[in-house]
Amino acid sequence: MLRYIVRRVLYAVPLLVGVSLLTFVLFYATASPEQMARRNLPAKNPTQQQIQEWLHEHGYDKPPAAQLKKHMSELFLLRFGKSDGTGEDIWGRIRAGAGPSALVAVVVFFGAVLVSVSAALGVAYLRGTYVDYWGTFLCVLLMSVVYVVYIIAGQFLLGKVLKYAPLAGYQPGAGAWRFALLPAAIGIVAGLGSRVRFYRTMMLEEMNQDYVRTARAKGVGERRILFRHVLKNASIPILTSVVLSIPFLFLGSLLLESFFAIPGLGTLTVDAINGQDFATVRAMVFLGTILYIIGAILTDISYALVDPRVRLE
Amino acid sequence: MTPLADFARDFLPNLVPLAIVAALVFTYRRVRRQPLWAEAFRRMRQSRVTLAALAVIGLFGLIGLLDSIGWTEGRTRDAERITLLDRAFQRPAERTYSAPLAAKTTGEPQPRPLEHGRHLLGTDGTGNDVLYMALKGARTALIIGGLTSLIVTPLALCFGMLAGYFGKRVDDGVQYLYTVLDSIPSILLLIALMLVLGRGLVQLCIALGITSWVGLCRLSRGETLKHRDRDYVRAARALGVSHGRILLRHILPNLMPLVIIQVTLSFSGLVLYEAILSYLQIGVEPGMGSWGNMIDAARLELAREPVIWWNLVAASTALFVLVLAFNVVGDALRDAIDPRLRSS
Repeated sequence: MLRYIVRRVLYAVPLLVGVSLLTFVLFYATASPEQMARRNLPAKNPTQQQIQEWLHEHGYDKPPAAQLKKHMSELFLLRFGKSDGTGEDIWGRIRAGAGPSALVAVVVFFGAVLVSVSAALGVAYLRGTYVDYWGTFLCVLLMSVVYVVYIIAGQFLLGKVLKYAPLAGYQPGAGAWRFALLPAAIGIVAGLGSRVRFYRTMMLEEMNQDYVRTARAKGVGERRILFRHVLKNASIPILTSVVLSIPFLFLGSLLLESFFAIPGLGTLTVDAINGQDFATVRAMVFLGTILYIIGAILTDISYALVDPRVRLE
Repeated sequence: MTPLADFARDFLPNLVPLAIVAALVFTYRRVRRQPLWAEAFRRMRQSRVTLAALAVIGLFGLIGLLDSIGWTEGRTRDAERITLLDRAFQRPAERTYSAPLAAKTTGEPQPRPLEHGRHLLGTDGTGNDVLYMALKGARTALIIGGLTSLIVTPLALCFGMLAGYFGKRVDDGVQYLYTVLDSIPSILLLIALMLVLGRGLVQLCIALGITSWVGLCRLSRGETLKHRDRDYVRAARALGVSHGRILLRHILPNLMPLVIIQVTLSFSGLVLYEAILSYLQIGVEPGMGSWGNMIDAARLELAREPVIWWNLVAASTALFVLVLAFNVVGDALRDAIDPRLRSS
């Protein structure tokens, strides 16, 4: 087990090298630093000297090889430096944003899994009935609505018409959950359709296995079969899909946070996009990749915990 | 400018959409004769929902076609090309918002009567007809889905088949390449790419192509790996058929059904991404008629008093219907071609 984990972590190193090379090529080889300087300097028509100073200050005036070395070492030591736009320390902003982001993302993550697994269990229990048929159809309908519309309509319905939650904003401390409630609810609903449909398929696949027939022949009740036998076995493909949904979590927090003005990492990224702040986007891409790889490793480990047949060697 | 050059400038852009339609019809007629597809089409025809979805896609395609064929008015150099759809809706803009079928404007201190008759879906903030804007989005959405698929399919097939067929170093290289791409959350990579490439329709297709070929590549790699050691491939190799010919003439036709299912299923995802990226202000050009741009413009309108809802509803309904149709057709195609992959 330990050997496997060590190997997986070591395998992440060439991946991260590839990712940071890719970001370097993307940002430094295609957009000229001079343009970036022009965009980020406060003066409307900056003089040549101002541009040179800005480039020097941000280290964009060195030869490409030196920049590449700086870029790689900075990323791997997690020294993200200062924002191109505001000049603030990027780590400071990440640390400030992590709390609110985590609050929303964690609620969405676990809430979505809980709600959709229960819904899928219900649909699978009623398989072959009208509830199953229309439930599956409803899932396809839910899948066809764009995330942005969920957000706009959800805020309008729950926030403005029904007044269940504050419209937008954030407030650190004990009252934070009230502000996280609405975005979290929308985040859960937005991913519901595809998840329920997928989980239902997984469960029905298990339903056709021999062990289910055996259990039924022995007189085990339908409910016990579903909740005890099928759920346990179906949880393996479900685990995979949960990790595959982590990138979707990024998308969700990006849109949710910027719309609901939650000062998290998503808002940080969206601000960086709008301000053409390459240093911050670079940091977020790298950090997001690290989180994703960690997630993938955790899934593989949890496989071994859930399924005794899986040996990680 | 000579009349001939004028004619060429006017006429040539119209050939592209017509050529696409001709290619689609030609492919359908050829493919229909093959037993696998004939059976698949027969199964798909049995479901009324699938037929309805196909009709919807056809309708959107027709609207897109009407919005692609046009000619310029007048001889000036910067005369704009006006499409058939534009001509059908040629009506000057109103002053500002007006509700669907209303006779007066909305949002002004003193509502004034509309100057150019009633509008079926009302008008937006700059007085444009909402129905017209929503129809304009069809072409953008179809181009995004189609062009991106055209970028993704060759790229993914090329890498996937090479990796699966040759194995060893090639496989390692390709796997490394797509694992790196895949370990960046795709929305972040899309943002990075769009920042570098700049806003625009083609740029968006390229960015979506780069971020979405990995799934298809993985699939075709696995399938090629399976076919590589089958008897028919060994027989071809024993007869001295070259690697390139084996890949293109023997293995590729066997991958096609899976590829087509995958491309159809991913089409709707691409259309949805356009809306999300336009909302983040990194999608197509601001002035371009697209559902994402409409939704982006409408995001604060629900907070107004009175509520301006028709913009959002029109754009998201059009988007919803097209995506739903593609989801339904994709599922039906999968069920018809590959019973192993059936969703239930």
